[in-house]
Amino acid sequence: MSEGNVFLIIIALLPFAGALIPGLMIRAGRNACASFTAIPTALALTMLIVLAPGVMRGEVIQYELQWLPQLGLSASFFLDGLGLLFAGMILGVGLLITLYARFYLSGEDPMGQFYTYLLLFQGAMLGIVLSDNILLLLIFWELTSLSSFLLIGYWKHLPEGRQGARMALAVTGAGGLAMIGGMLILGNIVGSYNLTDILAAGDQIRAHEWYMPALILILLGAFTKSAQFPFHFWLPHAMAAPTPVSAYLHSATMVKAGVFLLARMWPTLAGTEAWFYIVATVGLITMVLGAVIALFKDDLKALLAFSTVSHLGLLTMLLGFGTEAAAIAATFHIINHLTFKAALFMTAGIVDHEAHTRDIKRLGGLARLMPVTTVIGTVAALSMAGIPMFNGFISKEKMLEEAAHTVWYDNPWIVPALATLGALFSVAYSLRFIFHVFGGPVRDDYPAKPHDPPFGMWAAPALLCVPVVVIGVLPHLAEPLVNVAAGAVTGVEQHAHLKLWHGLTPALYMSVIAVIGGAVLLLLHRPLDRAWIAAPRPEAKVIFDALIGAAVTLTRGVTDRLFTGQISRYLAIFVAASIALGLAAFTGGGLAPANRAPLPVDPIVWVGWLLLIGATALVVVMHRHRFRALVLIGVIGLMIASGFVFLSAPDLALTQISVETVTIMLLLIALHFLPKETPAESGPGLRLRDGAIATAAGGAVAAVAYTFMRRDVDTISDYHLANSYEGGGGTNVVNVILVDFRGYDTYGEIIVLGIAGLIIYAVMETLLNGPAARRLRAMELSQDRSRDRHPLMMVVATRVMMPIALMVGIYIFLRGHNQPGGGFVAGLVVSIALLMQYMASGFAWTQNRQRIKYHTMIGWGVLIAGLTGAGAWLAGKPFLTSAFGYVHWPPIEEFELATAMAFDLGVFLAVLGAVMLMLYSLSRLARHAGETVNLEPMDYDPVVREDKREEEA
Amino acid sequence: MEMIVASAVGVLTAAGVYLVMRLRAFPVILGLALLSYAVNVFLFSAGKLTTDMPPILSPYGEASYTDPLPQALVLTAIVISFGMTAVLVMVALGSFLESDSDRINLGRSENAPMPDDDGEGDAT
Repeated sequence: MSEGNVFLIIIALLPFAGALIPGLMIRAGRNACASFTAIPTALALTMLIVLAPGVMRGEVIQYELQWLPQLGLSASFFLDGLGLLFAGMILGVGLLITLYARFYLSGEDPMGQFYTYLLLFQGAMLGIVLSDNILLLLIFWELTSLSSFLLIGYWKHLPEGRQGARMALAVTGAGGLAMIGGMLILGNIVGSYNLTDILAAGDQIRAHEWYMPALILILLGAFTKSAQFPFHFWLPHAMAAPTPVSAYLHSATMVKAGVFLLARMWPTLAGTEAWFYIVATVGLITMVLGAVIALFKDDLKALLAFSTVSHLGLLTMLLGFGTEAAAIAATFHIINHLTFKAALFMTAGIVDHEAHTRDIKRLGGLARLMPVTTVIGTVAALSMAGIPMFNGFISKEKMLEEAAHTVWYDNPWIVPALATLGALFSVAYSLRFIFHVFGGPVRDDYPAKPHDPPFGMWAAPALLCVPVVVIGVLPHLAEPLVNVAAGAVTGVEQHAHLKLWHGLTPALYMSVIAVIGGAVLLLLHRPLDRAWIAAPRPEAKVIFDALIGAAVTLTRGVTDRLFTGQISRYLAIFVAASIALGLAAFTGGGLAPANRAPLPVDPIVWVGWLLLIGATALVVVMHRHRFRALVLIGVIGLMIASGFVFLSAPDLALTQISVETVTIMLLLIALHFLPKETPAESGPGLRLRDGAIATAAGGAVAAVAYTFMRRDVDTISDYHLANSYEGGGGTNVVNVILVDFRGYDTYGEIIVLGIAGLIIYAVMETLLNGPAARRLRAMELSQDRSRDRHPLMMVVATRVMMPIALMVGIYIFLRGHNQPGGGFVAGLVVSIALLMQYMASGFAWTQNRQRIKYHTMIGWGVLIAGLTGAGAWLAGKPFLTSAFGYVHWPPIEEFELATAMAFDLGVFLAVLGAVMLMLYSLSRLARHAGETVNLEPMDYDPVVREDKREEEA
Repeated sequence: MEMIVASAVGVLTAAGVYLVMRLRAFPVILGLALLSYAVNVFLFSAGKLTTDMPPILSPYGEASYTDPLPQALVLTAIVISFGMTAVLVMVALGSFLESDSDRINLGRSENAPMPDDDGEGDAT
C-alpha cells in the first residue's frame, strides 16, 4: 500500500490539517491565532530540514500511497533538489508572512479566516512541488487557484478585491483546464502518470506526434499561472489583496508555480525549437513589457506587481533558452527574486500601513521618518535593480550572460538588446522605488503621520534582507542549493560557479549600460510619465471584462434556448438521442448469430399477451380519464405477475402482485386530490411527434430484448445455484441472493426505500404548513361522496381477515429462505392487511390503535439488518457474512435458524414502515381537506342504532 | 415465447414513453409506471426464459433451474420503483396543491432570467 519516507506525506498534509486550527484559535485572541498558524508550518519546515541533508547529497526521497491504481492515480510524493528549494521557500516565507500578517491585519479583519485560507493555499502549493504523480499535481494545481481566489478576495467588502479574485480565478482556472489536457496527453504517451517516469521519457515525448499539443496546453497552464504575456494582466489586479497575501503569492508561491512547472518539465519538454521560440520569446516580451509598465505605475504595489511580471518573464526566458547554464541562472534567480521581492512587498505594506497611502506621487521623504523601513526597502530595491554587492546583481549578470550569446532567428543581437532594455527599465523603476518614496524632502501632507512600525512587522522583511546581502557578497554560499536544484531541473549533476567578479564580460558592459541608462531614465521620469499618460494603450481589464461579458451573453443565450422549462421537450430529446445512440451501437457490428433455441409458446400465453397489449393500448387511448387508466394499469400489473408465475419466477410474481396493490391504492388516494380528467392540450402535431418517438423507442427496446433473449451469455448464477444451500443455508436461491450473496445491495435498497418514505413524510409536513393547506381546506371534493363511508360489511370482513392476513404475512416471511416469499413480500402483505383496516374503519380510528410509529419501524429495520451484518465482524468475517444452523425442539420438526433470517426481518420492518409511512402521509391530506374524523369504526353501527331505538321507545 | 415477451416489453415501453411526454403530471406518473414494468421485464428476460424451473432447489437430486440472479435484481427493482412512484406522486400532489395546476412544463414567463450577478453589480 504505502512505502517510502512517511515524513513527505505528513509535510504535504500538515497545512491542510492545520487549516482548521486558526478558525478555532481566533477565540483565544490574535496572538494565539497567529502562533497556532505557525505551528503546522514550523513542524513541516522542521521535517523538511531533517530530510534536507539527504537531498543535498543528491538523494531523491519518495513516498507512495496507492489510491486508485487502476486509474494510475496514487498519492505519491517525492522530494528532490527542486522540490526542496520550493518547499523551503513556501514554508519559510509562509512562516514570515504569518508573523507579518499578525501585525498587518487590523482588528476588524477576520484573522481566523485569513490564516485558514493561508494554510490551505500553502498546503496546495506544497502539494504541487512535492507531487510525484501528475494527476495529483493537477489536483493541487487547481487547489492553488481556488485557495488563492479566497485569499485575493479576502477583503470581500472591496469591489476591487472581488473583481481581482474573480479575474485571477478565471485566468488561472482556464489555464489549469488546458494543463489538465496537456498532462493527460503526456500520461498517455508515456503510459504512466508518475512524474518520475515522465521525466525519464523525455526523448520519447519530444519525438511523439502529440508533443506539440501537449506542450502548448501545458504552457498555457504555466503561462497563465505565472502571469506571462498576454495573460499578465490578472496579477496587478490581484494586488487588491491584503499585502501579506501579495507578498506571499507573488514572490514565493502562486506565480512561481508556473515557473516551477516549467522547471519541473524541463527535462521532458525543453530542448526543442518549439520550446525555445515559444517559451523564450514569451518570457522576453513579458520581461520587457512588465519592466516598462512598472516604471509608470504610481501605486507601490502595482509597481511591484509589474516588476514581478517582468522577473517572471526573465525566469521563463531563461528556462526557455533550454541550456543548462540558463537553467542554473534561473534556479539562482528564483532564490534571489524571492528574497528581495517578498521584502519589497512587505515594505510597501508597511508604508501603506503607516502613511495610509501607496501612491508614490504622494510619498517621498520617508527616509527621515522611517529609517528602519528605508534601510530594508533600499537594500531590497538595490538588489532588484541588480546593483553589485546584492544578490540580484549576480543572477541578473548570469541572465545577461546567457542572453548575450543567444541567437534568435539568426539574429544575434535582438535578445541581448532587449534583455539589456529590460534590465535598464528594471534599474529605473527600482531606483524610483527608492528615491521617490524614501528620498526627497519630508512632506507635510501625508494622509497619516508615518513612523517605523513595531519590531514584529519589520522583522520579517529585515530577515529577508540578510540573504540579499550575504548572497550578494558571498555568492558561493548559495552554490550547494543552486547545484542540487539545478541538477534536479536539468537531470544532470551541476557545478555552478557563482562569483561576484567575472571579469570584463559582455554581461558586465550590458549591466553598466543598464544602470546608467536606468538612472538617466529616472531623471527624465517626469516628462516621460506625462507622455505615457497621454499615450493611448490597451486596458487589459476592459478587454477581459468585455470577453467575459460576451461569454456570459453567449452561454445565457444557449442556456435560455436549451432550457426552456419544457420537461416534455427535454424528455423527447433525451429519448430520441438515446434511440439514435442505441441504433449506432446496434448496427455497429459485432453481433453474434442467435444461438439459443426459442421457447415454445403455450396457447394460454396468447390470452395473457392480448390482455396486456390491449390494456396498454387502452391506457394510452384513455389516459385522460384517469380512473379508467388506473384500472387498466392494474390489469397490466396482474398480467405481468402472471407472466412471472409462468416463467418460473414465483418470488417476482408475489412481489409484483403486492406492489401492484399498494401502488394502485397510493394512486387512488392521490387521484382523490388531483383533477379526475386530463384536458386535451397537445395538438395533433405534438401527438404525432411523440407517437413517432414512442413507437421508435418501443421498437428499439423490443429488438434489443429479442436479440438478447436469443443469445446465450455467460452468467455467474451457477455459482449462486451451487452455493445457495451449502453457503447460505436456503433453497430459495433468489432469497439467498437477496439476504446473503448480494446482501449489501439489499441493505442499500431498504435504506433507499426508508428514505423515500421519509421524503414523502417531510414533503407532506411542509405542504400542510404552507399555502397548500389553505387551498385544501377550501377545496370542494365531496360532489358524490358516499353516505356510508365505512360500510358495516367491509368493517367486519376486514376485521376477520386481519389475523388471517397477518398470518399469511408471517408465513411468507418464515418460509422465505427456502420457498418463495421473504421479507420484501411479507412486508408488503402485512402493509396491505393494515391498509385494509384504514380503508374499512377509517383513518382516525385505525391510527388511534397504531402503537408503533412508522418512522421507528424503518429505523429498526435498517438497524436490525445492519447489526446482523455487523455481527459477522464478531466472528471475524466480512460484513454480512451469514451463519446458520439447524435446531431441533422436540414437539416441532427440525428447523433452521439463520442470521439471514434476522437480516430479512430488518428488510421486512423497513419495507413495512416505508410503505405505511408513505400511505399514511398521503392520507393526512384528507383530514386537512375538511374530511370529518370518524371516532366510531362504522358510520351506521347496528348495535348503537338498536340502543337508540330502545331509548327512544 | 421470446417474441411475445419482447413485443410486450416494446409495447409497454412505447406506451410509457408516450405518456411520459404528456403535459400533465398524472399521465407522466402512469407512463413511468409502465416504463418500470417494461424495464423490470426486460431485466428479468436477461436471464433465460424458462417454464417450470423455479430457482427453488429441489430436494430430489439433479434438476435444472432458471437463472436466479436477474430475479433477485428485479425483485428489489420492483420495490424500489414503488418507492420512486410514491415520491413522484407526492411531488405531483405537492405542486398541484401549491400551484393549482398539474402542468409539468414551465411557461416562458416563469422561466425568469437569473438575477444579474456579474462584475457590474460590484461597482454600485
